[in-house]
Amino acid sequence: MSAHSYAARRFTPERGTLGKLLARDSILRRMDWLLLGAALALSLIGTALVFSATRNRTELTHGDPYYFLLRHMLNTAIGFALAAGTVALGHRRLRGAVPVLYAISVLLVTAVLTPLGTTVNGAHAWIVLGGGFSLQPSEFTKITIILGMAMMLSARVDAGDRLFPDHRTVAQSLGFAILPMAIVMLMPDLGSVMVMAVIVLGVLLASGASNRWVLGLIAAGAGGAIAVWQLGVLDQYQIDRFAAFANPALDPAGVGYNTNQARIAIGSGGLLGKGLFEGSQTTGQFVPEQQTDFVFTVAGEELGFVGAALIIVLLGVIMWRGCRVARNATDLYGTIIAAGIVAWFAFQSFENIGMTLGIMPVAGLPLPFVSYGGSSMFAVWIAIGLLQAIHMKRPMSA
Amino acid sequence: MSNIPETGRTPRVTIRLVVLQILVLSLLFTLGGRLWFLQIRNGSEYTAQANSNNVQEVVAPAVRGSILDDKGVALADNETRLVVSASRTDLLKQKDDGKTVLTRLAGVLHMKPEEVLGKVRLCDSQTPKPCWNGSPYQPIPITDEATTQQALQIMERREDFPGITAEPTAVRRYTAPFGSNTSQVLGYLSPVTDDELTAAEKKGRSLLRSDQIGRSGLERTYDSELRGKAGVTRYEVDNLGRVIGKAGETAAEPGSHLVTSIDARVQRVAEKELDEAMKVARKTFDKVTGSLYKADSGAVVVMDVHTGQVIAMASAPTYDPNVWVGGISGKDYAKLTGKKSNFPLLNRAIQGQSAPGSTFKAISTSAAVKAGYDINGRYPCPSSMTIGGRVFNNFEGESAGSITLAHALEISCDTVFYGLSYDQWLKDGGTKPKKHPKDWFYKTAKEYGLGSLTGIDLPSEVTGRIPDRQWKRDYYEANKNYWCKVAKSDKQDYASQIARENCVDGYVMRAGDSVNYAIGQGDTLVTPIQMANIYSAISNGGTLYQPTIGKAIISADGKKVTRIKPKVNGKAPATKNTLKYINEALEGVVTHGTAAWRFGGWPQDKIPLHAKTGTAEVAGKQTTSWFTTYSKDYAIVMTISQGGTGSGGSGPAVRKIYEAMYGVQKDGAIDNKKALLPHPLSKLPKIDADGTIKITKAAWADAPQGPAVPQDTVLAAAALPPDRTGYLLPGRRYRS
Repeated sequence: MSAHSYAARRFTPERGTLGKLLARDSILRRMDWLLLGAALALSLIGTALVFSATRNRTELTHGDPYYFLLRHMLNTAIGFALAAGTVALGHRRLRGAVPVLYAISVLLVTAVLTPLGTTVNGAHAWIVLGGGFSLQPSEFTKITIILGMAMMLSARVDAGDRLFPDHRTVAQSLGFAILPMAIVMLMPDLGSVMVMAVIVLGVLLASGASNRWVLGLIAAGAGGAIAVWQLGVLDQYQIDRFAAFANPALDPAGVGYNTNQARIAIGSGGLLGKGLFEGSQTTGQFVPEQQTDFVFTVAGEELGFVGAALIIVLLGVIMWRGCRVARNATDLYGTIIAAGIVAWFAFQSFENIGMTLGIMPVAGLPLPFVSYGGSSMFAVWIAIGLLQAIHMKRPMSA
Repeated sequence: MSNIPETGRTPRVTIRLVVLQILVLSLLFTLGGRLWFLQIRNGSEYTAQANSNNVQEVVAPAVRGSILDDKGVALADNETRLVVSASRTDLLKQKDDGKTVLTRLAGVLHMKPEEVLGKVRLCDSQTPKPCWNGSPYQPIPITDEATTQQALQIMERREDFPGITAEPTAVRRYTAPFGSNTSQVLGYLSPVTDDELTAAEKKGRSLLRSDQIGRSGLERTYDSELRGKAGVTRYEVDNLGRVIGKAGETAAEPGSHLVTSIDARVQRVAEKELDEAMKVARKTFDKVTGSLYKADSGAVVVMDVHTGQVIAMASAPTYDPNVWVGGISGKDYAKLTGKKSNFPLLNRAIQGQSAPGSTFKAISTSAAVKAGYDINGRYPCPSSMTIGGRVFNNFEGESAGSITLAHALEISCDTVFYGLSYDQWLKDGGTKPKKHPKDWFYKTAKEYGLGSLTGIDLPSEVTGRIPDRQWKRDYYEANKNYWCKVAKSDKQDYASQIARENCVDGYVMRAGDSVNYAIGQGDTLVTPIQMANIYSAISNGGTLYQPTIGKAIISADGKKVTRIKPKVNGKAPATKNTLKYINEALEGVVTHGTAAWRFGGWPQDKIPLHAKTGTAEVAGKQTTSWFTTYSKDYAIVMTISQGGTGSGGSGPAVRKIYEAMYGVQKDGAIDNKKALLPHPLSKLPKIDADGTIKITKAAWADAPQGPAVPQDTVLAAAALPPDRTGYLLPGRRYRS
């Protein structure tokens, strides 16, 4: 294509639909296909794994083996639509919506604490909507925190006033994040709070805030963990989980049961796995919560090292593309959002897979794109939409 | 604005983004490494764990094969009984170790609470019977005679009876067809012990905790054939122990049936006649001791001379083999094994040994011929002989002048054999034996199989004893210290004098030893099965068989038939000519010899019988009655301890067994229709594919069908409880 015709096309005011789609600045041409492909592939694998894990769980499926499969596919479709909507809206336009989103988020997480909320597996983190659907507001709160902090931290820098966010702004943004985190902590949904803390760290890192803030936050996190431990804020089951993590042989029928069975499932998969739907641990339902938090064990057992490693590689692709988006973003706002999402995905994936492999303590966190669960699915797809939106606004040369 | 790049990133942010990316990717690498460690490096370990996690084995015991007689009548089979058993593991979980439950159970079963409690305690050195000597993890049978009502009571009120089950179970049954008992031959079963389980595991054989093992008799010898193979269904189960699929199945292989050469009817007659003979003996006056004969024990063997197969084998005293079924009670056990019991568990046909008396003379005759004495020569039979300063009398002190060996056998002249044996002893050097003495009398006895096992297919056979020079030496070595200690005393009694002699040269074979030996007295010991074997060989022309009771192993569906072929142990140490000579002489015993008075009116022309009587003296006891006989097909040997003379004590009994087998009537006529077994049966009973055993109908007799057609085996298999798959693992809880 010659420079002439290129330029001519670019400045042609009226273009056909095909022309629009093929244009250099079109959505399709500017889209990060690798990022989208990886997310879609993970969702596809997740669909198969969720089906394998649930088709025999009659006490959950009410006798319909496709119960979870259909709901999972619907969730994925809604998630995809939300991503498309986010792209259409653009991340910049969402800046204005932050106060509203923040209000809704705080309201919802607070609602969970009221009788509206439901306790699932020890965490009082859900609002049941009926029809087998429920809402986990903390998932959306993660996005709100990213957007809000990004908006606050980038405002003066993107306006060209400053090179780095000043201390006041940083403090304000931290205050912004801490309120919903504290409420989630009260649920108690410790896993989500940890993810949010890592998101805050990632956001501060990317914002260019002074090293003192970053190091201070890490110190505060460590101190907070010790304080939480010492003050006995944790429930006994949470303490037990840490104990079981430290010593997996402890009480294999009780606290250590989850991790033991998870490891047996994964370990027995070997190189190529037992084949989809062929896993005896999965079919035998030895691993609890296998369609949600422990979905990775299905991959480990039935798809083997090859399949499980593929999931890790695909997650890696998403994070690599996320970092690339952050680097290439036209403004600090986009950079911070992308970095926040990468930190979020990275920690949540590491914690989720790590606990099934026995290198992290058990915490109730879903594996992005793969685990069953509407709220999580919506949230991660919205995040993909945000990354794509930022990516499309990158300079032509990038 | 110039230092703010178009991308909105300062170098600090760029560096931090690189740090973030490195951090993120290293986290993922960590996961990948750990994944490799779990799945590839330690994969096999977890695979094993996964397999044990979700496979539960359900074992269906195999139905034990029946033991059949030669016509297919079951001597041992199985029946379905309602067995109430207690699980020790479950009982121990209860507050009072299950005492309340067991007491309640005793009430339902109409048993004494102590009896029930006794049955579930584990045997050890301090625990008196009853106690459980099986595995503590196996349900312990309390009773196998529960009524349907009792079983229902227990199973419907399960909450009142935790750890107690009542299930139909195949239980061994000794059917005692026609009133035959065959107890010592059949043997018995008892639960497998932990040691046996471990031993079996090492050998790679599979034994189940619930298995019963043959402890004696045929049940022990043919245990592995009879037991069959338990079926194992491997179920894949889920975390709650619910079955989600089958991982594999090996069907139970029912045990094979053992067809024996025992004929239940002949066995019945043999048992009855042995018992009768002993009863009669107990009413007979013994002139020597001046009291009635004690007749404390006895045995009879009926053997097919052409094969060495045992057609009947009885031992007295006897017992009911069914006492073992479902665990033996303490009282019964004491009755069978206590000091006062006279040990009915012993099979005296193979485990009872005593001096053979004059029945040994057939062997001495062979020995004399081998030693070179003229078979047609005449030998002096004085009323007594003085040998080595001792006087040896002829039995009952008669003199017969110079007689043939045949005549010596017929009238059982002792002094003929004294003379021959003494002559041989002198030729071998007397008290100063040659370096290589010929020892014809000892060698010949050994070649007939005395002093060693016949190898019959029953456990715990004994060898008997031929007191040859080696034995004398061994005996001396074992006893010389004692003898020499006694010799030092000043006592002048007989025992001390003997001890004094023995202390000096007790290892020397003396003239008296050899003389006594030749007529089957002294230190010689034989078993009835050995004698039956020897006289069978004389009958069949010289072949010594390895006696057998098992005739064939037939698979439960009748498809696989493995005959147990008679094995030849050796040749009788006698030429055809010698055997013919002895054969004729032994017929003479029946027609006009020592047994003639017992065989008046016997159709000898149609069924020629041959016999040798024996009356063995035992120090401090009454004489042992021996009667060894044979026809052209059968050898029958009977012995009664403290039972009188050979012909007197055992003669009528043996005759009656022949009469029953050949159908000989009181008037001497032969009624083939009433004959139980006029000739040995080589045909095997047929077993149909459905497991039904067809009783061979004897062509010569319209004998009524036996009452115990062992179809119960099939029924029992069908009545076994369905696979027990209801065991649940404790539920798992998970909190997120």
